[in-house]
Amino acid sequence: MNVQVAPVEGSVGIRRPALRISSVCKRFGSLIANDDVSFTLEAGQVLALLGENGAGKTTLMNILFGHYVADSGAIEIGGASLSPGSPQAALRAGIGMVHQHFALADNLSVAENIIIGTESLLLPWHRAKAKEKILDIARRYGLALDPDALVRDISVGERQRVEIVKALYRDARILVLDEPTAVLTPQEAEALFATLRILVSNGVAVIFISHKLREVLSVADKIIVMRQGKVVAERRASETSREELAELMVGRKVAFPDRKPVSVGPAVLRLDGIVLRQGGNRPHVLDGVNLEVRQHEILGIAGIAGNGQAALADIACGVLAPSEGLIHLSGDPVRSDPSEFVKRGVARIPEDRHATGLIPDMSVWENVVAERYRSEAFAVAGLQRVGAARKYAELVIAQFDVRGAAPNTSAKQLSGGNMQKLILGRTLLQDPGVIVATQPTRGLDIGAVAYVHRKLLEARDRGAGILLISEDIDELFSLSDRIAVMFRGSLSSPVRTETLSLQELGLRMAGQNSTGGR
Amino acid sequence: MSSTLDVVLTASFWAATLRICAPLLFGTLGELICERAGVLNLGIEGIMTAGALSGWLTVYYGADLWTGVCVAALVGAIFGLLHGFLTVPLGLSQHVTGIGISLLGASLSYFSFRLLIASTATPTIKPFSAVRVPLLADIPLVGPVLFEQSPLVYLAFSLAIAVSYILYRTPLGLAVRMVGENAMAADAQGVSVVGIRMAAVVVGSAIMAIGGAFLTLSAFNAFFVNLVNGRGWICIALVVFSSWKPARAIVASLFFASLEALQIRLQQGSGGLPYQFFLMLPYLLSIVALIAVARRVSGPQSLMVPFRRGER
Repeated sequence: MNVQVAPVEGSVGIRRPALRISSVCKRFGSLIANDDVSFTLEAGQVLALLGENGAGKTTLMNILFGHYVADSGAIEIGGASLSPGSPQAALRAGIGMVHQHFALADNLSVAENIIIGTESLLLPWHRAKAKEKILDIARRYGLALDPDALVRDISVGERQRVEIVKALYRDARILVLDEPTAVLTPQEAEALFATLRILVSNGVAVIFISHKLREVLSVADKIIVMRQGKVVAERRASETSREELAELMVGRKVAFPDRKPVSVGPAVLRLDGIVLRQGGNRPHVLDGVNLEVRQHEILGIAGIAGNGQAALADIACGVLAPSEGLIHLSGDPVRSDPSEFVKRGVARIPEDRHATGLIPDMSVWENVVAERYRSEAFAVAGLQRVGAARKYAELVIAQFDVRGAAPNTSAKQLSGGNMQKLILGRTLLQDPGVIVATQPTRGLDIGAVAYVHRKLLEARDRGAGILLISEDIDELFSLSDRIAVMFRGSLSSPVRTETLSLQELGLRMAGQNSTGGR
Repeated sequence: MSSTLDVVLTASFWAATLRICAPLLFGTLGELICERAGVLNLGIEGIMTAGALSGWLTVYYGADLWTGVCVAALVGAIFGLLHGFLTVPLGLSQHVTGIGISLLGASLSYFSFRLLIASTATPTIKPFSAVRVPLLADIPLVGPVLFEQSPLVYLAFSLAIAVSYILYRTPLGLAVRMVGENAMAADAQGVSVVGIRMAAVVVGSAIMAIGGAFLTLSAFNAFFVNLVNGRGWICIALVVFSSWKPARAIVASLFFASLEALQIRLQQGSGGLPYQFFLMLPYLLSIVALIAVARRVSGPQSLMVPFRRGER
């Protein structure tokens, strides 16, 4: 544990790059995560690392931070080489990292989360002084936070600010932000960019990992594009365009799918007067929801998170039984039972890939048959037909282009986009009549988003009825045939997408229903 | 019912409660330290037995009582080192390892006892005698209860306060809590997760062993088979009951001890009811109390989650 690091030279003097990464390679088994990656970063510069999921951005940053050890290659900070595999050495060299999944302890206070590791374990600590320093940093960089609040009680945006202050508290000179805007509202993202500008003007170097092209272009000075572990391009932000970056990232032109008009068929999923009560005298989660999804149709459900969408999705795939109301599949009333729904051809694309989509610790083949492991195709006389399941897994992997997966790989080793492809593959290969998709592209990069959209549209063209619940307005407009809005457990009557304006949708999402407006 | 009330109002009842409470408090504090760092220590029952024997043997062979306590702590620390090594750097299942340690500690103790003490009679030692705190012990009712106890009773309660202070008021305590809440986050901040967890398990196990030594050096004066009698398991429940907080550990162990003291007195005064019913009472009421309390509390988030750097 006792790792020595050469002292980092002061920023005064000859202008050395703050960070130099030379020929870094890293393999995980047969997967080459980083292949001869080299670049430099100057102090006071924002460098954007752009790339699809699985391009090797996060692996590279984990090497920089000492979570992984590179197989070969070197990292220099301010001219001194960084000893590999030691987060302590990275911290001492002035690297601060804001992970995509925050590294905070929920039951400890904001101040405790920031201070941890900075004071000698055996001496009594200076609480007041530490708090003063936190507030000082917060003021200087415009990062509002309350040091005494418990982390579990604060919002996602605030948690991110805690992570940034944590890095600055240790005098970080290089700040790494991994997908920082994925969890932020547009307003919070804007505030983050303002903070970054103050940091950069103070000589901090920032590495900004993202796949959102618009953000990258507005915030970065230099852009490094990675694909399949390699650096494929280096551009100045002023000399490139969204189109060029998209093509570099994916390696080909990205074709966003078109929604062709198709005439709809009979209703495949119908909800009648669905009410879901919660305990006590709190308002109903769902308050008399009626909806109808027909063949060859995508019904989009818009709404701000927490207005009952999650419950609606669970009810529509039989996971949750409503307190009142009836569910019909292809005209027959059904009782709420997930396996019955699967048998009747309801495909589920859940909101949280890790928690309810896949079982991360189990293998790909086990996950692929998870919904149907007792069906005749995969079980005989109580015995699992492992061979058939593996073959099916291989089919899903091949047809849905799941990268980095073999039937025996454990699901947690896949990137988010590839997990989603696996989930799509296992249900769509069954040619489902109804698809309930909740936030199907959340956290995915453009290549994967286009892919998921294309697959959903293909399913619609084949005759499936799709209930698409999303918080992404662009997604709803480009996929849905009709759009309805959830607000406080009630669903507005659906409107044809062509006749709906963005402004009207926004008003409805805020609960200001222009009655009868079409 | 009025007879129950009479019992509860006597000084001897409360003095007994504190006596019964002390070993439970040691055990609960030891377990609590381990669990706050993220390691479940099911070895507690065996570690308490080993502490009881080693402390007693030390005194039996002529050393003084405090040396006995120190030897017990040392033996506990060694078992802690074993449990820590298996569960922390090696990341083995904490349940399985803990049960193994528990069986090892207990069986090894009984075996050594039989090897070393050949006589079938139960030899005794001269135990800790009560220390009267001058002046304070003269306060009516409260005095004899609080200030006329074995020094180990004072040690148990002072330890609870010390553990509370360290956990909540020092960087070391913060590191322990952080490692138990989110080991990855602690590691990312340069805290040695392995070091902190090992230290917590070793220190926690030493404290448990002192709890065991209390039984032979301050309560029964002798060692015999089944001496610890499930106190270790009770301590594991008491940790939950105290929501992993040292100050509440005092309340929790006092609560259980008072039920135990009451149970003994009710047995003596009861007509008709079989004594097993009273023996059952503290456990039954503890389960009821756990149901009431433990549903709302949540333990350290990284409890029983082995830490391996770089694993997704």
